[in-house]
Amino acid sequence: MFGKLTWDAIPWNQPIPLVAGAMVVLIILAVLAWVVLKGYLPYLWREWITSVDHKRIGVMYTLLGLVMLLRGFIDAIMMRSQQAIAFQAAGYLPPEHYNQIFSAHGTIMIFFGAMPFMIGLMNFAVPLQLGVRDVAFPTLNSTSFWLTATGALLVNLSLVIGEFARTGWLVYPPLSELSYSPGVGVDYYLWALLISGVGTLMTGINFVTTILKIRAPGMSYLRMTMFCWTALAANLLIVAAFPILTATLGMLALDRYLGFHFFTNDAGGNMMMFINLIWAWGHPEVYILVLPAFGIFSEVISTFSSKPLFNYRSMVAATMFICLVSFMVWLHHFFTMGAGADVNAFFGISTSIIAVGTGVKVYNWMFTMYGGRIRFTTPMLWSMGFLVTFVIGGMTGVLLAVPPADFLLHNSLFLVAHFHNVIIGGVVFAAFAGLTYWFPKAFGFRLHEGWGKAAFWLSLLGFYVVFIPLYVAGLLGMTRRLQHYDVAAWRPWVLIAAVSIRRRAELRDEIGDPWDGRSLEWATASPPPAFNFAVLPDVRGAEPYWEIKRRAIETQQLSAEPHYEPIEIPRNSPTGFITAFFATITGFALIWHIWWMVGLGLVAAYAVFVWFAWRDVAEYSIPADEVARLDRTRRQARAQWLAQHARAGVPA
Amino acid sequence: MSTTDAFAGRDPYRIGHGRDWVSTGAGRGYVYATGHGEGGPASKRVIVGYGFWIFLLSDIVMFSAFFAAHAVLQTATAGGPSGRELFNWWSIAIQTACLLASSFTCGLSAVATEARSQIWTQVGLLVTGLLGLAFLVLEGRDFAGMVMQGAGPQRSAFLSPLFAVVGLHGLHVSAGLLWLGTMMAQVFVKGFRADILRRLVCFNLFWHALDIIWVALFTIVYLIGEGR
Repeated sequence: MFGKLTWDAIPWNQPIPLVAGAMVVLIILAVLAWVVLKGYLPYLWREWITSVDHKRIGVMYTLLGLVMLLRGFIDAIMMRSQQAIAFQAAGYLPPEHYNQIFSAHGTIMIFFGAMPFMIGLMNFAVPLQLGVRDVAFPTLNSTSFWLTATGALLVNLSLVIGEFARTGWLVYPPLSELSYSPGVGVDYYLWALLISGVGTLMTGINFVTTILKIRAPGMSYLRMTMFCWTALAANLLIVAAFPILTATLGMLALDRYLGFHFFTNDAGGNMMMFINLIWAWGHPEVYILVLPAFGIFSEVISTFSSKPLFNYRSMVAATMFICLVSFMVWLHHFFTMGAGADVNAFFGISTSIIAVGTGVKVYNWMFTMYGGRIRFTTPMLWSMGFLVTFVIGGMTGVLLAVPPADFLLHNSLFLVAHFHNVIIGGVVFAAFAGLTYWFPKAFGFRLHEGWGKAAFWLSLLGFYVVFIPLYVAGLLGMTRRLQHYDVAAWRPWVLIAAVSIRRRAELRDEIGDPWDGRSLEWATASPPPAFNFAVLPDVRGAEPYWEIKRRAIETQQLSAEPHYEPIEIPRNSPTGFITAFFATITGFALIWHIWWMVGLGLVAAYAVFVWFAWRDVAEYSIPADEVARLDRTRRQARAQWLAQHARAGVPA
Repeated sequence: MSTTDAFAGRDPYRIGHGRDWVSTGAGRGYVYATGHGEGGPASKRVIVGYGFWIFLLSDIVMFSAFFAAHAVLQTATAGGPSGRELFNWWSIAIQTACLLASSFTCGLSAVATEARSQIWTQVGLLVTGLLGLAFLVLEGRDFAGMVMQGAGPQRSAFLSPLFAVVGLHGLHVSAGLLWLGTMMAQVFVKGFRADILRRLVCFNLFWHALDIIWVALFTIVYLIGEGR
């Protein structure tokens, strides 16, 4: 009836996952109870769960990313503390549990922490920066989010029901094949990633279409913000790389479920093909994460240096160069495969060349700051911390790109230190910079600067304290996934948000432009209305909002009131949520071999598809009066600001 | 003479003169918008078709990973049968004919849709579906025959990607048939509404893409496999 699922699947004899799981379940139940008792459920359902508004979806993505970063961070603390006490001793984590933790840490951090965070910021900011009302396919966007949430749910379910993979975050065969990993751990990994991978792929399609086909009048390619360019590059990479991941994991699933021989030891299978395929996705994935991060830093550095981005065109060229070359370096993840000197030399050189694109960007950021009037706000601090940290990580990366050196450092803690150096210094810092930068746009008030700066300094110091010793240990020959000592105490992030929210009145952003911004997202109110812009802006240059603002200050008046028309926006739809619900059931059933439930889930998914296709009314209309009312409120606040601005005599 | 007039004759899109264009309603695109940036958001038909093209490209990338696996493992027969001993050329030829003919009838149904002919659109789609079904039945028979001979995907690393890539294509055809059924129902109940027309365009694209993949599959798996 229930396939492989029995009561033994719950790890009664392992207190740590059991207690952790029980606590999570309790917290979820408590939150649910609170939501129901307070009567927030209809609100949550109407305004968030079924919302197809890109801003709401972006916020939910970011929230998912934050929670999962915390989850992955707990894993990290467990690993570090285990290694700290496990010197010539057993430590407190048994090996099979420890192996699950480092696998889960990598999986969660990359797929359910960093990815949703970056996609969330793209969701929130890209349509606003393009000066349009939504993404190309709003309901699909909601479905993408909920499928990602399904994947995160399945991975976390493995904590309590069954087990997670013990194979590392990329489940290399033959270890991940049925003969060596007979449990459900690898199956949890496979179905969580296959389902969330579909969500990510649809996000990629959605954003490529949005950026290429839906822009405000006059917004030609070379007038798009840098963040839109990097988002375009990242989503092109998603479209080109995620199908490879799906195919590769599909092959492994066929091996495990139907006895195929893609990667097995016997019958001619080739496990190195898995390593090649997974990194053909895996290296572009690195840039899927870090290119949007570069975009965020470009926005932040330009805004807080009060200058246009230095050499915008070379930045665009470098972005697209990285986008292309990221598909030509995958073999540097396994120089030790033994492909021979020629192949290794090619990939060593291509790896060094891709660093040139990033080098161009670093110089551009520095020249943007040069001669600017720099404001040291929290997002700017994250960006400057990034510049230093990322350059260090980049240089160790170039070191590792030299095949002979890589033979010595392969699989050592030096490598671990390197990729944490670039991913934390690049992606995580960008995530927090982006969060503090766009937070006032999303919620209408700024986060508290003092706490933000404290968080930055603690994170920066914490990062160096943790990872510089790992470089040394790696050089001393210590391999990864073993034992070591360390301290890690940083990121009181949830705290900051909590404290700031208590003081939101004084940090309120009335006019929608708290940072003296330059791109179009600052032209609308904070938080923006559902339709973003009452009238689509007419773009005449690379920094459209900056020009509008200068013009207003020079002439001391706002532009003439536009003619308001009713706006049609897409209706809310529970399609995404329901699809994800059935995807969760199907995924869970596949993991535990409950075949009737798989059938049920698939039939239900088809039923949802037909039901959604059958709807007759896809949009609703906001009357022109309402649009005018909302926009006049915004214009009034701006006019007031303009008047004060004139009195204060601030130079334009 | 203003610049607008100067370009009016030469440039059908009147690039750079977005403000003179006819809006189809706030935020819903302009009649002449190409989506290249100058005229504002492209029309919904362009957006949907474009997005679906991107999806098809990603689907082709997924197939290419399976083709790569097939290329790597095509000699790994592990003492089992090779392609030459297994392929049933009559069956493969009929399958190919069915699929190519179904693409043609699918195109005919699109022509009928252009003419807003309910009956011929339905007939075109129905024949397309029947040909697709015939293809699937033949392919299933081939698969069953190979498994009976002991040449299933579990036999060797050569047969695993062969079954996977051909099966994946078959899975796409099956999904296409389900979609085709719902499209016929939608056209029947709701008629040629704008959103139904957009979905028909996507379905057509999907069905022709299956043909393109079959051409690659026929060449890489069957023709080259036979030559080995």
